[in-house]
Amino acid sequence: MASEEMEQLVRRDYKEGFVTDIESDTLPPGLDENTIAFISNKKGEPEWMLEWRLDAYRQWLKMQEPSWAHLDYPPIDYQAISYFSAPKRPEDRPQSLDEVDPKLLETYEKLGIPLHERAALAGVAVDAVFDSVSVATTFKKQLAEAGVIFCSISEAIRDYPDLIKQYLGTVVPVADNYFAALNSAVFTDGSFVFVPEGVTCPMELSTYFRINAANTGQFERTLIICESRAQVSYLEGCTAPMRDENQLHAAVVELVALDDAYIKYSTVQNWYPGDEDGKGGIYNFVTKRGECRGERARISWTQVETGSAITWKYPSCILRGKDSIGEFYSVAVTNGRQQADTGTKMIHIGEGTRSYIVAKGISAGKSDQSYRGLVKIGPRAKGARNFTQCDSLLIGDKCGAHTFPYQEIGNSTATIEHEATTSKIGEDQLFYCQSRGISEEDAVSMIVNGFCKDVFQELPMEFAVEAEALLNVTLEGAVG
Amino acid sequence: MLQVNDLHVTVEGKEILKGLTLTINAGEVHAIMGPNGAGKSTLSAVIAGKDGYEVTQGSITFEGQNVLEMEIEERAQAGLLLGFQYPVEIPGVKNIYLLKSALNAQRAARGEGEMPAPEFMKLVKEKLGFMKMDASFLQRAVNEGFSGGEKKRNEILQMLVLQPKLAMLDEIDSGLDIDAMKVVADGVNSLRAEERAILLVTHYQRLLDYIVPDKVHVLVDGRIVKTGDAELAKELEANGYEGIEESVA
Repeated sequence: MASEEMEQLVRRDYKEGFVTDIESDTLPPGLDENTIAFISNKKGEPEWMLEWRLDAYRQWLKMQEPSWAHLDYPPIDYQAISYFSAPKRPEDRPQSLDEVDPKLLETYEKLGIPLHERAALAGVAVDAVFDSVSVATTFKKQLAEAGVIFCSISEAIRDYPDLIKQYLGTVVPVADNYFAALNSAVFTDGSFVFVPEGVTCPMELSTYFRINAANTGQFERTLIICESRAQVSYLEGCTAPMRDENQLHAAVVELVALDDAYIKYSTVQNWYPGDEDGKGGIYNFVTKRGECRGERARISWTQVETGSAITWKYPSCILRGKDSIGEFYSVAVTNGRQQADTGTKMIHIGEGTRSYIVAKGISAGKSDQSYRGLVKIGPRAKGARNFTQCDSLLIGDKCGAHTFPYQEIGNSTATIEHEATTSKIGEDQLFYCQSRGISEEDAVSMIVNGFCKDVFQELPMEFAVEAEALLNVTLEGAVG
Repeated sequence: MLQVNDLHVTVEGKEILKGLTLTINAGEVHAIMGPNGAGKSTLSAVIAGKDGYEVTQGSITFEGQNVLEMEIEERAQAGLLLGFQYPVEIPGVKNIYLLKSALNAQRAARGEGEMPAPEFMKLVKEKLGFMKMDASFLQRAVNEGFSGGEKKRNEILQMLVLQPKLAMLDEIDSGLDIDAMKVVADGVNSLRAEERAILLVTHYQRLLDYIVPDKVHVLVDGRIVKTGDAELAKELEANGYEGIEESVA
């Protein structure tokens, strides 16, 4: 876009302009109200949605970027980011796998990713039609028959405005935190799932199979709603390392579970961690929160985090409904120069609510990792219970692991248990395995997978197998 | 089978073994005895390939192969197996999984395929029974929460499953009550075979009442100062190591 064109856009009031005649598909870097109007217009959104975004933006302007996390990174220049970009044109992308970083291809090989998918993941311009398209079509039909809505958030804003108005921003309010406010203002992609009363979603839903989900958004927004007695298992991410042009990622995920509903949300995240010095890696600032709004509702977060240069992420549960249950199972792996500050928040509001936290952190290389968890028991949460287990495993002597558990107990009938361990993959453990004939690499993988077992068994079967393979690849060469 | 020749080993700059020479033939049971700090455990650790031990002089060959040039796992795959004095705990890794991985790694090194699961289970259950261990041991994490006696029995169980050519047992009797010692000794005795050798490292003679060695070596200050048969161990029991040291001096 030419600069005078941009200036024109900037000067024009969003309410009048922006509706027509915008030829370019990409915005230059910068963020103001016009940027937001441009995005909203591009997405064909109704007026109320634009107002919602602008409200978020105005609140964001008054907020400060949080600095409490145990993370160290240079300041982010939010005006240097482009907030809307069309997919790269085919001629600008690698023309074949020969042009792709051989290290990346090696990883695909080790993970056993099919050839045609490798090209797409590496961003190669390909014409081939994927099998997944036809698979997705079959899926769509099955879902429609069950009454499940599964589409992009943009489609949902256009096609199901009442549901969006009713639920969007009700779990993570627009001004919840700095990154959530930014996301609310500028989100461009994400998923929407609605499972009606009494329906068990007939299959595991995965972004991987969502039509039109070819590009991972920089600011993703996901909203999942389960009505009474509804159930869904949602898989996010991909074990293959994803190349992405955008360094900053700030997603928001909201889950709503009504009476007796069950939402299981599993993530395997393997974004580019950067080179050996940590250069070029993804910054991942995510707000994920679920609310058990109904009685006996249950929300379960399972995550395997191996990628990103910086991870700031605390999938949480608000346990409002009586006897509702929140769960958090996490494996976070950092290697090289990666930094992660991750954990969960369990907010007990309703009577008899229960939460269960199992967090496993593995640090290798020169990486640094923190577990940060809050268990809050409100005055009305009679008989609430929490169990927290928090284990750290260190590989080598240049990495770090930290635990920050917070507890706010406003009720004398609550039961809270916390267990924490820190251990090192000892040379003596390795020697023990090796002296039985097992190679060093297999020994490391055996010890690490043993350490993560409690979490892996919470993952859907095929994801668990992939996660194990992923861990092995991530930690390759971490010892010795 | 095993030849150790003029072995000098330094740990953190301090010479522990000072020219140790030892030959073990197939079918033999050897016991190395000696006072604390004489270098008994160092010998088996160096043969197994533990880090932190620097060989400054001498050689170790096993069936004609230069052991000092082999990786730790290659030594095990060649048939050298060390039973630990202090077996290591590995949380989350099931005992059965370690056994299976170790057995299959050794089979792979010999060019054999993985042992079929039913055959493997049959083998393990049989050995487990022999060691008077409950089947629940297999599902427990390696050595985690095991008592001292359970850990030692577990070491012997591994030996029975892996069937090494040379079984080295480092202070396998330490911390055992008499009943546990008998079970462990039965396990070790069941390993005795024409094609196999056993090397016991022990401080006390009492183990040798149950596992009668063919040869006893007395290790003092980094060298073998005396070699004899099972009677030598009894002499030591009666007179202590000091008598030997004096006679050498």
